[in-house]
Amino acid sequence: MEIYLLLLFMIVAAIAAIEIKDMLSSVIALSTVGLGLCLAFLILKAPNLAIMQLVIELLCLILLIRATINKDLPLVRDGRWLFNTIASVLFIAVFLIFAYFALLELPRFGEPIMRVSQEYIARGLEKTGSANIVTAVALNFRSYDTLGEIAVLATAVIGILAVMRKTGRIHGK
Amino acid sequence: MMIYILCFILFSIGLYGVLRKRNVIKIIIGLVVMDYAVNLFLILVGYRLKGRAPIFAKDQVILNMVDPLPQNLVLTAMVIGLVITALLAAIAIRIYEKYGTFDITKINKLKG
Repeated sequence: MEIYLLLLFMIVAAIAAIEIKDMLSSVIALSTVGLGLCLAFLILKAPNLAIMQLVIELLCLILLIRATINKDLPLVRDGRWLFNTIASVLFIAVFLIFAYFALLELPRFGEPIMRVSQEYIARGLEKTGSANIVTAVALNFRSYDTLGEIAVLATAVIGILAVMRKTGRIHGK
Repeated sequence: MMIYILCFILFSIGLYGVLRKRNVIKIIIGLVVMDYAVNLFLILVGYRLKGRAPIFAKDQVILNMVDPLPQNLVLTAMVIGLVITALLAAIAIRIYEKYGTFDITKINKLKG
């Protein structure tokens, strides 16, 4: 039951984050959505993810505040405002209708199939020695996946450094 | 069922922000909201009613655990989402330094 209230809260905060004119308030509303997601993970019995979400959402807040601070942002509305809005809303409505028919095929909420993960739960402790099944899967059964994730992180850091780099002394003159 | 619909509504709010807003920062915010909604949907699919977190306790047999596999996938997806946000924020800062505005229609007009 709490999860419904939390999702409604997240929806309201997301609308605020999209629609508020002031950029700083908008970023802070976004971090409220992230905090709601952290609580939702706790309610849905995923404590690892709740901790991770808290860290990630703090980093997002710092990054976006760094991008927005001390910058004025005039919002203009001209041209085909009505047409664009109607087109976007129609597209989203079609998307939601398709999603509704697709969701009818899923198993009901609260009754997952768990055919693959039954094996992991049954043998995880004796095979890896880790009491936490999520870490056991991440670091033992699928460690190449985690290695690839770290490669993605390193590549992204190189990309950020390449984007944010100041020009060197030779070109600067 | 109802809760999946709410999750999709959250996703479509982010989609509206991406499609309709002209400020680069608002577009990044829309992308982050979509990312959160997808993560939440995967965890909702793996949830079991009255389940327990997938952590074993000592001297205790636990039968009703929630599905650990979606949690593991989301753990990877969250890190990649953070990386995407960081790259987009870096590009937005550079765009602001070059053009002096965040408005994407103006960025199209100003060449150079």
